[in-house]
Amino acid sequence: MSALKTNHLGHPRSMFDTGKVIDMKATTSEANTARVKFKCRNVEVFYSGKRALHGVNMDVPDSGVTALIGPSGCGKSTFLRVFNRMNDTIPNARVAGQILMDGQDIYGRDVDPVLLRARVGMVFQKPNPFPKSIFDNVAYGPRIHGLAPRKNDLDNIVEKSLMRAGLWNEVKDRLKEPGTGLSGGQQQRLVIARAIAVSPEVILMDEPASALDPIATAKLEELIDELKEKYCILIVTHSMAQAARVSQKTAFFHLGDLVEYDDTQAIFTNPKDQRTQDYITGRTG
Amino acid sequence: MQHFLSPGILTGAFLITGVVTAFLYGRGLAVSRAQLSADDARAHSLPSYHGYFSAWIVALLAVGVIVPWVTFSGALPKFMFPAMILGAMALGFIIINRLLTPTFRARNHVERFVGGALMICSGVAVLTTFGIVLSLVFESLRFFDQVPVLDFLTGLQWSPQTALREDQVGQSGSFGAVPIFAGTFMITAVAIFIAGPIGLLIAVYLSEYANKRTRAAVKPMVEILAGIPTIVYGFFALLTVGPAIRNFAEGFGLSVPTQSAIAAGSVMGVMIIPFISSLSDDVINAVPQTLRDGSLALGATKSETMTKVIFPAALPGIIGAFLLAVSRAIGETMIVVMAAGRAANLTGNPFEAVTTVTVQIVSLLTGDQEFDSAKTLAAFALGLVLFVFTLFLNVIALLIVRKYRERYE
Amino acid sequence: MSAKTKTSIHQTDQALGRLAKRKAKENRFRYAGIAAVVIAMAMLGWLVVSLVGTGYTAFFQHYLTITVTLNESDLDPHGARNADQLRKANYRKVIQQALYSRFPDVTDRRGKRSLFQVVSASGATNQVRQMVYQDPDLVGREITITVPTSDDVDQLLKGHIDRNAPEDLRKVSNQQIEWVDQLVASGELTSNFNWRFLTATDSRDPELAGIAGAVVGSAMALGVAFLLSVPVGVGAAVYLEEFAPKNRLTDFIEININNLAAVPSIVFGLLGLAVFLNFFGLPRSAPLVGGMVLGLMTLPTIIIATRSALRAVSPSIVDGALSLGASHTQAVFHHKVPLAASGILTGSIIGMAQALGETAPLLMIGMVAFVTEIPTSIMEPASALPVQIFLWSDSAERAWAERTSAAIIVLLVVLLSMNAIAIFLRSRLERRW
Repeated sequence: MSALKTNHLGHPRSMFDTGKVIDMKATTSEANTARVKFKCRNVEVFYSGKRALHGVNMDVPDSGVTALIGPSGCGKSTFLRVFNRMNDTIPNARVAGQILMDGQDIYGRDVDPVLLRARVGMVFQKPNPFPKSIFDNVAYGPRIHGLAPRKNDLDNIVEKSLMRAGLWNEVKDRLKEPGTGLSGGQQQRLVIARAIAVSPEVILMDEPASALDPIATAKLEELIDELKEKYCILIVTHSMAQAARVSQKTAFFHLGDLVEYDDTQAIFTNPKDQRTQDYITGRTG
Repeated sequence: MQHFLSPGILTGAFLITGVVTAFLYGRGLAVSRAQLSADDARAHSLPSYHGYFSAWIVALLAVGVIVPWVTFSGALPKFMFPAMILGAMALGFIIINRLLTPTFRARNHVERFVGGALMICSGVAVLTTFGIVLSLVFESLRFFDQVPVLDFLTGLQWSPQTALREDQVGQSGSFGAVPIFAGTFMITAVAIFIAGPIGLLIAVYLSEYANKRTRAAVKPMVEILAGIPTIVYGFFALLTVGPAIRNFAEGFGLSVPTQSAIAAGSVMGVMIIPFISSLSDDVINAVPQTLRDGSLALGATKSETMTKVIFPAALPGIIGAFLLAVSRAIGETMIVVMAAGRAANLTGNPFEAVTTVTVQIVSLLTGDQEFDSAKTLAAFALGLVLFVFTLFLNVIALLIVRKYRERYE
Repeated sequence: MSAKTKTSIHQTDQALGRLAKRKAKENRFRYAGIAAVVIAMAMLGWLVVSLVGTGYTAFFQHYLTITVTLNESDLDPHGARNADQLRKANYRKVIQQALYSRFPDVTDRRGKRSLFQVVSASGATNQVRQMVYQDPDLVGREITITVPTSDDVDQLLKGHIDRNAPEDLRKVSNQQIEWVDQLVASGELTSNFNWRFLTATDSRDPELAGIAGAVVGSAMALGVAFLLSVPVGVGAAVYLEEFAPKNRLTDFIEININNLAAVPSIVFGLLGLAVFLNFFGLPRSAPLVGGMVLGLMTLPTIIIATRSALRAVSPSIVDGALSLGASHTQAVFHHKVPLAASGILTGSIIGMAQALGETAPLLMIGMVAFVTEIPTSIMEPASALPVQIFLWSDSAERAWAERTSAAIIVLLVVLLSMNAIAIFLRSRLERRW
């Protein structure tokens, strides 16, 4: 835990430590053994020159689930897309500030977004399986990244990923059928399996349950709980209950500002900021 | 002056005067009768509708005279004609006078007339199709009386020159259309071979790589290629491309005629680039953004996303676009007339001159002709083949594209 | 906590090698896209440059200014000045005499013939004939006229005939070159704007040929096409979009129109030949028939454009009108159609531009005749601009290639202006609500 302190306070580029730095309360956290995966310093995002995110500073631990909550339009999804540089694909979007992943600036000149996205997977709001077979959906990532030189390896990766996503038993007899034929919840787990197959370190989830029914949502949350052992997970959710259920740390965003970032338990039981309190008690939002 | 008194002009003048007068008369009548009417009830329709109604009645009666007159012209002495038109119009005015009361539902009648007229307008399109089918089928049947269908569709010899005198040797030309179909196919193949990859790559570049400004500049420029008349392409092929290919081939010691399948096909390819590029562009843009995002988020490059996700998803639409382009290429006339050659030549070599269905239709029907000769009728048989084949391609293409659209809507 | 950093499988040397290869592939793909765009642009550029490069010289023409003596004894020996005599008189001799007196050294017959070839024989004689016919008082006087040179001299001076080529391989003899050079040096032979190209009709001689007849023919055919296709097309579109019940029949009409739009234009020509010429017996080569065929051909374009313009009008406009007690027909014609007018107009102009460039159907109905008069009615034989281009393109001579390209330039300029007007109208008339 001292390593964490050093990492945080003794950061060589302390000039980025201006503005609001929210302490991780690492000493009281159950994830106190975790190292920092992402260190965000003064992150700003502009769409066509308009600032959508105002100087966010935040450290994301490298295991466990970190939830990003806040009313719609607060910038939480925009912030999530910073971590795998998906904002690059939007014309006229610009990111300023610094995001260090394992100490390396992911917006650095020598960083290839293709490589970054292999390490940081993403699951979207609406399940988006490719119009291909279930097998080909999962095998897509390993194939393009050349992770499976032999057919056997590929089969193994697909099987392992589907198992880890809790979908194997449901689809093992119909791997050749189109992925678009599955139910919404299954599709979302297929998409997670597809992301896992690339062996990422981080999985970003952008309101992954918003298109699912309650039963599928429960299954998905169970899955997230299992996955957190192996992956650093960042999840955007509009459901506070979900954030409370699945996450260990929670960040509350409001109008492009990171208002409060703390252990989930602390946020929900003892919010420090009035705006956070108003939101979680349902007065705003 | 004689010009202005020609029967056509005179009839037109009568007609216009009558119709305008009827409009004014009906309108005036409606106004005055509404004012005079004892009960204070409001008129059902605006005065102008009474006017339109009157004009319509008068025009209808006049046309009722003119049409049979023109069709059976000469049955009655000439001076009767203006008299009959005037009579018909007078009858119209009597009818109007009887009908137009304030309670008369002029608007409903006018609207019914308008609806009918509009329906007739859309009937013209159907009539055109019927006209095409009937004239092609009818003339083709007469052709097949002289030349058996099977000989036409499978014969390898095409020399439509018929002899001038009946006793001349070889007086009936031979009408085996296979060399023509082969030539059409080859030129179309060359055109698609050029336009396919280029058009598709342009669509991909514009939809996935180009920024907004480049796209806004390049797209209309490419589309200009589709707006250039085909006669211009034909002359370009004849004047510039054909000789350029010939000179180029000479550099390799080959002899290529100025008119060749490759010259006509490549210029036609340039012409259909925009068909493929804009149709494919539409199709590629119809693929949901979420699929793109999903692939990119897995660490795929844009080209991998394109070739492995978007392209397979858009494939039916792209096939539709290609079919439409093929149909366009097959029906294209002027480029091949000017740059492909006239003589039927069954060959697999694109560097030789070949002929196409459209070229043969033109060469059979231009110049001196007698309408009933097999030579002239053969043009209609070729036209029928062309019509049926392009129609088939279009129907298939439209079905595919529609199915594809439904999938992502 | 241990400082061991977990290395991702994506960061091994092997993975980085694969990444470099994928990057290279990505770049190749992008460059292929750029190359495709460049090729398409280059073809467009090549087409424009080669046609403009060949054609622009046709807008200039070399003329010879020469003094001719209109001897009464040659032209009107009886002095009656009657029209017939003045038309028949030998003006050729007048021109010849003028040339011989300009170059008195030329005495042999071959030399004289060669000298006469410097000017456009029929151009010069027709010009003098016309002048004398209109003003018989000129007979007996000496006048100075400017006549076109022959196409060979014109091409020589435009640099299209190589002076250094061996004499027997070139169309202009050394002697002729010498005369021409003298005339140029003395300022008698000059290059002027070629009005004749824009005002004259077709001719066997390239130096006399113009596009006016073809332009008038095209304008007439286009007028007929417009009168046929725009009212009918708009009517059909309004019916299908606003009034037609949704049933089998209207489905059939819809499919019909979509397919009609893709029927090759030459098939419309066959329709015109079989139905308008052979069945109804309308005159061959007439702009009336040409216009009807072109009108039917553009009908689907206009229907489709009008329908999408109508569809773009917000339904709330019609709902508003209906709620105020207007009938459906009133709502459509007073509110919806006017709002769609810019779209309809744009579609019509684009359809007309398409029709203007169309050639094949006109060949089918015989608008390929050699017509030397400007047509005065839509029933007379006429040519059309694209057909004129087709006819001229057959002649191999350089002077014809030049004029063909020039006619194409005119055609393209007209088409470009029509499209520019369409774009302008769309941006000007577009209403937002």
